[in-house]
Order: sequence, then structure tokens, then C-alpha cells
Amino acid sequence: MTLNDYLILSAIIFAIGLVGVIRRKNLLMLFFSTEIMLNAVNIGLVAVSKFHQDLTGQMFAFFIIAIAASEVAVGLGLLILWYKRRGDINLDTLQSMKG
Amino acid sequence: MFEIVAFYLFAFLTIGMLGITVFTNNALYALSSLAAGMIFISAFFFLLDADFLGVVQIVVYTGAVMALYAFGMMFFDSMSEVKEKIANPRLKFVLSGMIALLVVIIFVAPLIGADAQKGLYPVHPEYGNVQDVGVVLFTKYLIPFEVAAVMLLVSMIGGIILASKKMDTNLSELSEEEIDALQEENTAKGSK
Repeated sequence: MTLNDYLILSAIIFAIGLVGVIRRKNLLMLFFSTEIMLNAVNIGLVAVSKFHQDLTGQMFAFFIIAIAASEVAVGLGLLILWYKRRGDINLDTLQSMKG
Repeated sequence: MFEIVAFYLFAFLTIGMLGITVFTNNALYALSSLAAGMIFISAFFFLLDADFLGVVQIVVYTGAVMALYAFGMMFFDSMSEVKEKIANPRLKFVLSGMIALLVVIIFVAPLIGADAQKGLYPVHPEYGNVQDVGVVLFTKYLIPFEVAAVMLLVSMIGGIILASKKMDTNLSELSEEEIDALQEENTAKGSK
């Protein structure tokens, strides 16, 4: 297995997440797609770390996991608040101003 | 040989699971297939000799993040499908074009900064991965580690405060009339 195989896999998974972010209108699905993209980047970083024999990639993957965890906590709190107020998590109804 | 078989097996499984997550309309299917995909992704970390990160991936993603999503989905009407109407295909076209441009810039960037790839913290094979990660994390990356800890604390408090508003009214302790009054109040507030 070479570095390129892992990077191609990482790019494919990132593209899946990107397609999700572009085409989904359900806010919960947007969160899932963001998780997928963060994980794709993690795979790429760890692969580079392994094939360059350098720990920096793993360090960055570690911090990305921490950021993803805190993003989920705050984002899900906001989402629950929004759902209690509107009863809907559709991206199209997120706007409250007419224009 | 073992690595090649494992790589392709887990690659197809991961892509399949994450594809289900992105393309399904059912939120519960999306949640469970995302959890499965996260576990399969940790297999790549084990294949790449990053044992510590693989364990962290399983513990954090399927243990904490997925549990958080599962609890969060109890607040939503998760079985109802969100009607997703694509109103503006031109917007998608512009977004895709801009992302393609961004990808080109990313691929050109290493040609400009080619000498930036130097070994900063080389791997010590005699240490083992966990000890190696610990040494680097608690010496060179101590400040970012502490900042990440503060960030997690802040997000935990923020999540609790955001999600726990109006949790003082417990529906199971109220009578039917009180629940009806509360719901009418909520709908009146929502339509305003």
C-alpha cells in the first residue's frame, strides 16, 4: 500500500461528504456530512504521518477530533433550540427575514 | 498481502456506509451507518500504525459523538422525512465550480512550497505509538493541548445551556390539561 492509495481513499470520502453538504437540506444530515469530511482529512493526515515517518500528522488529526467533538456539542445544542422553536430542521425554513 | 486485503475490504465498507449516510432519507439509517463508517475508518488508523488515534476514533466518535447524536435525535421527530426541494440548481453549479477551483489551488500549492516537507517529530519505532504520541503531545504540543481542553469545556457548557432551556418543565409530571396549555403556548410562540 502506497501513500497514494490512502490519499485517493481520503479524497473519495471527502467527496462523499462534500456531495452531502451540497445536496442535503436536512440540517442533521449536514452535520453528518461535516463529520465525514473531517474524518476524510484525518485519514489523509495519518497516512502522510506514516509514510513520512513524522508524528505531526497524527497530532493534527488528534486536534481535529477534539474540534469535531466540540462542534457537535454546540451545534446539536443550537439545533435542538431551533427545533423547539420552529418544529422543523429544514434548511429552507431557516431564514426568518423576508427578502 | 494482509494489508492489501484489509485496505480494500475496509475501503469498500467505509465508502458504502458513508454513501448510505449521505443518500438515505431516513435519519436513523443515516445515524447507524455513520457510526459503522466511523468504526471502519478507525481500521485505517490501525493499518497505518497509529494505534492511539484508532482507539481515540472509536471512543470519541462511536462512544461520544454518536451517543450525543442519538440523544439529540430524541428531541427531533426523526422518522418524519424532511422534504428537500432543490429550488436553485444554478447555486449548486456555482458551488461545485468554486470547489473545483479550490481543489486546483490545493494541488498547485505543494509545487510552490516544496521544501516545507521536513521531518519535525520523527517516529521512534522502539517507543511504540502510544508513548511516542504522548511524548510529543506533552512537550511540543502542550499549549495547544491545554487550549483544546479549555475549548472542550466551553463547548460542553455551551451545549448544556443551549439544550437545557425549558427543561425545568417535565412532561411526565404534568397533567393532560397542563400539557395541552403548554403546547398551545409553544405553537402560538412558533407562529409569531
